[in-house]
Amino acid sequence: MAIGIQTAAYLFASILFILSLGSLSSQESAKRGVFYGIIGMIIAIIATVLGEGVAGQTYIIIAIAIASAIGLMLARKVEMTAMPQLVAILHSFVGLAAVLVGFGSYLDPKTHELHGAAHIIHLTEVFIGIFIGAITFTGSIIAWGKLEGKVRSKALLYPGRHAVNIVLLLTSIVLGVLFAKQEGTNGMMYLLIMTAIASFIGVMLVMAIGGGDMPVVVSMLNSYSGWAASAAGFMLGNDLLIVTGALVGSSGAILSIHMCHAMNRSFFSVILGGFGNAPVKGEAKAIEGEVTALNHEEVSVLLKEAKTVVIVPGYGMAVAKAQYPIYDMVQTLRKAGKTVRFAIHPVAGRLPGHMNVLLAEANVPYDIVLEMDEINDDMPNTDVVMVIGANDVVNPSAQDDPASSIYGMPVIEAWKAEKVIIMKRSMSAGYSGEDNPLFYKPNSEMLYGDAKDSVEKILSFLKA
Amino acid sequence: MKVGIPSEIFANELRVAATPKTVKRLQKQGFEVFIQHNAGLKANFSDQEFEDAGAHIVKTALEIYSQSDIVLKVKEPSIEEVDLMKEGLVLLSYLWPAQNQALLQKLADKKVNAVAMDAIPRISRAQKMDVLSSMANIAGYRAVIEGSYHFGRFLNGQITAAGKVEPAKVLVIGAGVAGLAAIGAANSLGAIVRAFDTRKEVAEQIESMGAQFLTVEIEEDGATSSGYSKEMSKEFIDAEMKLFSEQAKEVDIVITTAQIPGRPAPKLWMDYHVAAMKPGSVIVDLAASSGGNCALTKNGEVYTTDNGITMVGKLSQLPSQASQLYGNNLCHLLDDMGKADKWKIDMEDAIVSRAMVTFDGKINWPPAPLPVSPTAGGGAKKVVAPTAEEIKMSDEAKSKKAATSMFIQLGVVGALLFLVGQYAPSEFIQHFTVFVLAVFVGWQLISNVSHSLHTPLMAVTNAISGIIVIGGLLQTTDDIKNPMTILAFIAILVASINIVGGFVVTHRMLNMFKK
Repeated sequence: MAIGIQTAAYLFASILFILSLGSLSSQESAKRGVFYGIIGMIIAIIATVLGEGVAGQTYIIIAIAIASAIGLMLARKVEMTAMPQLVAILHSFVGLAAVLVGFGSYLDPKTHELHGAAHIIHLTEVFIGIFIGAITFTGSIIAWGKLEGKVRSKALLYPGRHAVNIVLLLTSIVLGVLFAKQEGTNGMMYLLIMTAIASFIGVMLVMAIGGGDMPVVVSMLNSYSGWAASAAGFMLGNDLLIVTGALVGSSGAILSIHMCHAMNRSFFSVILGGFGNAPVKGEAKAIEGEVTALNHEEVSVLLKEAKTVVIVPGYGMAVAKAQYPIYDMVQTLRKAGKTVRFAIHPVAGRLPGHMNVLLAEANVPYDIVLEMDEINDDMPNTDVVMVIGANDVVNPSAQDDPASSIYGMPVIEAWKAEKVIIMKRSMSAGYSGEDNPLFYKPNSEMLYGDAKDSVEKILSFLKA
Repeated sequence: MKVGIPSEIFANELRVAATPKTVKRLQKQGFEVFIQHNAGLKANFSDQEFEDAGAHIVKTALEIYSQSDIVLKVKEPSIEEVDLMKEGLVLLSYLWPAQNQALLQKLADKKVNAVAMDAIPRISRAQKMDVLSSMANIAGYRAVIEGSYHFGRFLNGQITAAGKVEPAKVLVIGAGVAGLAAIGAANSLGAIVRAFDTRKEVAEQIESMGAQFLTVEIEEDGATSSGYSKEMSKEFIDAEMKLFSEQAKEVDIVITTAQIPGRPAPKLWMDYHVAAMKPGSVIVDLAASSGGNCALTKNGEVYTTDNGITMVGKLSQLPSQASQLYGNNLCHLLDDMGKADKWKIDMEDAIVSRAMVTFDGKINWPPAPLPVSPTAGGGAKKVVAPTAEEIKMSDEAKSKKAATSMFIQLGVVGALLFLVGQYAPSEFIQHFTVFVLAVFVGWQLISNVSHSLHTPLMAVTNAISGIIVIGGLLQTTDDIKNPMTILAFIAILVASINIVGGFVVTHRMLNMFKK
């Protein structure tokens, strides 16, 4: 295939990728987006394989065939509650591929035909590509481990970790300078040491971030995987890789920033790790009131009397896989003529938009699933709010207690409703470790137990 | 301690400062209650009922004023009544201290400690003792009831066998407590309700009560820190008058409630507005006692104008209901002052210090300027003006600062690009251009993605980032023993898992989103 045609094909693929991301702005057009992406990818691969200087087609086909089988299996089998893990592990693959491509490029004899500035720049590109790739790789694996529960999800914080990270970063830069000066493949040693350091940074970076900040971390790793692809593009002089990598990189970055806004925290404070370490300003407000609990039957009576019900789901719903019985309950209530809606906090769950996917899985129509900002004004007119496995996102301290570590974070104002029912396994604090004054308000009632069991019991009373 | 309740001597005052219910409550607070013979008659409470509630009936006002420790009253006392009072007596009553300087002097001379119930500051803690609010609530309700009594039609629209009835249109001017109560009452009777207020902040309250908020197209807010509105500029008033002229042609009942404390009520509904109204329409003026909002109002009178408009300048006080609420307000204040056993006149207290207009022989009026001041009209303006200016200034400084930092940032970026251009080969610059533009495109694209689609977005970008497979494709050779090929093979493998897995799972997810 002539270079001209290949470039045109790459351009077309880039356009399709842009359209693909653009289509995700609404549910209606989103499905089209996936097809744009697939077509773009096929065109890109075919144009590359048919291009000049590509050999080993047999191996390529074997690799792609095996990969497709594995990919299909993974994607078909995965449960929606395990989505965050899948996304994290897939990110690690991109990181790994970036590292391998980087090493491959270094070993490529063509690299050593370059001289002067071009050679230095190329080696720098290789170096940066591997660096980002390695961080993405190990970081994603740790993120996967944390989400899967294989690695302790609490933030691992040790004194002086910022200093250690900075020293490691500086060492990498020094190694990079030394590496870029080496002729042929003499710099391999530097490259390997740097890879080890970058892998370590990746591990520590994610270890320092706690479970509740996972939405930010996952989208941040998404961003890194994009930058890694972009760096590979520079390395190989391939514009398609650069463009696509940059698209993914910037989209991941803006998504992370969105998430941080939703938690009212700066991007850096999340990345540098540690929740609940914010300097406490003054005494925490004493919580007044008593915790009162209801049983399932009493809750069902409350629901029968209510006209408007808002459900606030959180990670607890995902853990208990309660979305199906919840939707059954919602349908029963809606048939009885009640207005039932869902209120989703932007950082509920472990992945941006996690709750929406779970509810969609249970066939909840998306027009009754509202964002926090859309529904907060309606809270005073709501009869019953059911908080299912959520805690920090309904904590009133965020608005009225400056000593709270989540002060200033926008929250769903559940306490403004006539009655709040909080379904929870125990009285333990939420991820932030903050006690929740909502539980002690006179208009709130606890319902202890596994979310799925509880909802099923309530449902049986509702139908009785 | 003894609490006494005299009969109200003013003929038009139907209320009484205690009811059988509040008498019981006073006793619970530890007071002994004495009430003058027939004090509750005009409000439909008999002596028998008071006695049953535990009060002692006394014959004369003199006994009340000379023997009680605390006297509860509604209307401000006459000079003659003050003469009967003993030294050190605590009097709880309406006093209108701004208008009744002579009375204050007299009370101070007699060393009566008088609490003006109308001077209770409007702070949240004092809401339960705020007699102006509780009485305004009654007035607002009553205004609608009496307005509809004088109005010869239904308030709600009906379609009957005998024909169609248009709903009445009610205009409420001033959305304070009385105005809001009137809106609620008119709305519940089925009328179409509109309301006007100079304070923009009440728009929400008006709409929540079921009325349409009318406003003029001038940026001026009448709100003050006292909760009352201030007097507005000439342009504003002109626009307001024009709005009223338009409304006058349409509305059937006008209820005016605008009052500014310590001053005559503003004239809002002029003679030409009255002239423009349809015959049979009704104007209820709740500000009649302080001069009236309507130019033609006669205080204490109900009459019909030449063009057939009924002017209501007098309302029944609903004496029984009003006495009950007023009595409760008094009980709340006594509660706050320590009841019988811990009774204390605490001049440090924010409420007592401001409502106690004479204390220990001295006049304590006007009160020290506290956060809430009835005379805030001018004062508030002074306070507000500099802050507005400050905000403007800090805004200017901010935008200047932003511009400067923007300039510096652009400078730095420019310098960096220049350096890159100087040393990097042209091929790199080309790639770099593409890279930077792509970053911007990505940034713009994702800003539009809806929250609920963030997970599919991540999955699809994840699949797309599998484009790194191209790196592997370019590096494969025919020689499987070549380490480059092995590396490339693994790269293609993992990247392809990513591509296939990412797209399939996104597709699965999106299929689940249903409307």
